[in-house]
Amino acid sequence: MHQKTLLEQAQALQAGEVSSVELTRSYLERIKAHDGSINSFITVTEEQALAQAEQADRARASNEAGPLTGIPLAHKDIFCTRGVKTSCGSHMLDNFVSPYDATVVERLEAAGMVMLGKTNMDEFAMGSSNETSYYGPVRNPWDPERVPGGSSGGSAAAVAARLAPAATATDTGGSIRQPATFCGVTGLKPTYGRVSRFGMVAYASSLDQGGMLGVSAEDCAALLGVMAGFDSRDSTSVDHPVPDYQAELGQSIDGLRLGLPKEFFDDRLDARIRASVEEAVKAWEGQGAELVEISLPNLPLATPAYYVIASAECSSNLARYDGVRYGHRCQDPQDLEDLFCRSREEGFGAEVRRRIMIGTYALSAGYWDAYYGRAQRVRQLIRRDFQQAFQKVDVIAAPVSPVLPFKLGEKTQDPVAMYLIDCYTIPVNLAGLPGLSLPARPVEGLPTGVQLIGSYFDEARLLGLGAAWQRETDWHRQVPPEFA
Amino acid sequence: MNLTADTVRRIAQLARLRPSPSEEERLIQDMGAILEFFAQLSEAEVEGIEPMAHPLEVDQRMREDEVTEPDRREDYQAIAPDAREGLYRVPAVLDSD
Repeated sequence: MHQKTLLEQAQALQAGEVSSVELTRSYLERIKAHDGSINSFITVTEEQALAQAEQADRARASNEAGPLTGIPLAHKDIFCTRGVKTSCGSHMLDNFVSPYDATVVERLEAAGMVMLGKTNMDEFAMGSSNETSYYGPVRNPWDPERVPGGSSGGSAAAVAARLAPAATATDTGGSIRQPATFCGVTGLKPTYGRVSRFGMVAYASSLDQGGMLGVSAEDCAALLGVMAGFDSRDSTSVDHPVPDYQAELGQSIDGLRLGLPKEFFDDRLDARIRASVEEAVKAWEGQGAELVEISLPNLPLATPAYYVIASAECSSNLARYDGVRYGHRCQDPQDLEDLFCRSREEGFGAEVRRRIMIGTYALSAGYWDAYYGRAQRVRQLIRRDFQQAFQKVDVIAAPVSPVLPFKLGEKTQDPVAMYLIDCYTIPVNLAGLPGLSLPARPVEGLPTGVQLIGSYFDEARLLGLGAAWQRETDWHRQVPPEFA
Repeated sequence: MNLTADTVRRIAQLARLRPSPSEEERLIQDMGAILEFFAQLSEAEVEGIEPMAHPLEVDQRMREDEVTEPDRREDYQAIAPDAREGLYRVPAVLDSD
């Protein structure tokens, strides 16, 4: 059953070939048998999962089941789950049991889905390799010597190893799309404001967006239909109609204008990854898409602008962790100042502290204009580049990562080198656009991917193109041999 | 870019962090490298460009000032490191004498 996509499992449940309890139990057993080698889960909620599965089976017996009722999934440990530890990959929140559910968690539960547990991640979503987690690194199921990408590395590895049919994730600068590519799964970062951020631990609020990782574009479409929509509890949530994403998957791509920005195909890109991306682009051309060369001239400034903005917003957001109301508190504080400083120094890991420091510096008196103000102006230029591009094309195709999954420890000593890995995903967050990462032809046994970028709220078109590519290929169906 | 130990200490104080001496050394180097990387931004021609704070041009939404949540103080304080009688406890702020 684990070889099937989420929607195929939904059919099997519907047809009575399997019960939710059987399906859930089989995943819990797979997690027990296999997660030791990849460390993709922080918490497994076995009892709760089986109770939810029993409830799902009862709902089905009384004809109250929805299309996704009874399907298991995992949540990135950044989403608050009532009564279940929500650590965000940090020592700071190791003892934090959330008193409430995130909207995303609530909606998926209301759709009858079963929570298997909470997945590992870079601490506070700050990282591109899942090596900054307090709970140890996640390993790539395709090669345990290599990283799964980050920050949603646990979600991506769990789906790749088929320890969950799908998982929620978040993307601030590429944290859904880059691990999707490194692990050979499909990942969607929706338009900023499309999915509620309520109960999603904040990192950089003007960039953070929730989404999902799944086996296929169709699976992502089904989940987005549940997750998307207005939420009055998130002040950045956008009140925009939610289309029937699955119904729109079959749309013809004949005559669709597919833009290829030259700045995404520069000399930073591994030539072998370029070949995989071009193969996908040719497939869409074969299905009737028209290829258009475009330029996004301000793109080279996206990565520094992003790290200024993300660090500044993180320094402000993480000020809430003070050792007073929840989270880690140091032993025997001398006074209030000592309580704040030592709780924070002990509770946060090195990368989080570094970003807080950089962000505090960038926002300190006399520097605002040179850093944050300037970065926000560059951000405006990047958005304009995209807006102009979308006058000429319907969708943009690009690589996701310039490099293949690298080895653990390879880049941890050089923060700037690590930041540059996100150069093809960051621009999408700065502009607030949706981006989809799809598995493409592997290179030397390692997954690669292609990225589709759409205009605001154009997720359906991206998913449609993804589904069209996945009808012709089976890269998304491949499972690492050890987990088959 | 060269940062001094004094600057790093001042920023750490603003951020309520307390790096050890070896951590300070590391921060001087790493922050220097990151700020050098940020220096590319000075090449951007941004004269007259409005700073962008939100990807979609939406206004901050207001809502009616009415109670929407039940009082769950006990649930929220149950996860506090030290709370008693509805109050969060911290070391004494004023001298006792």
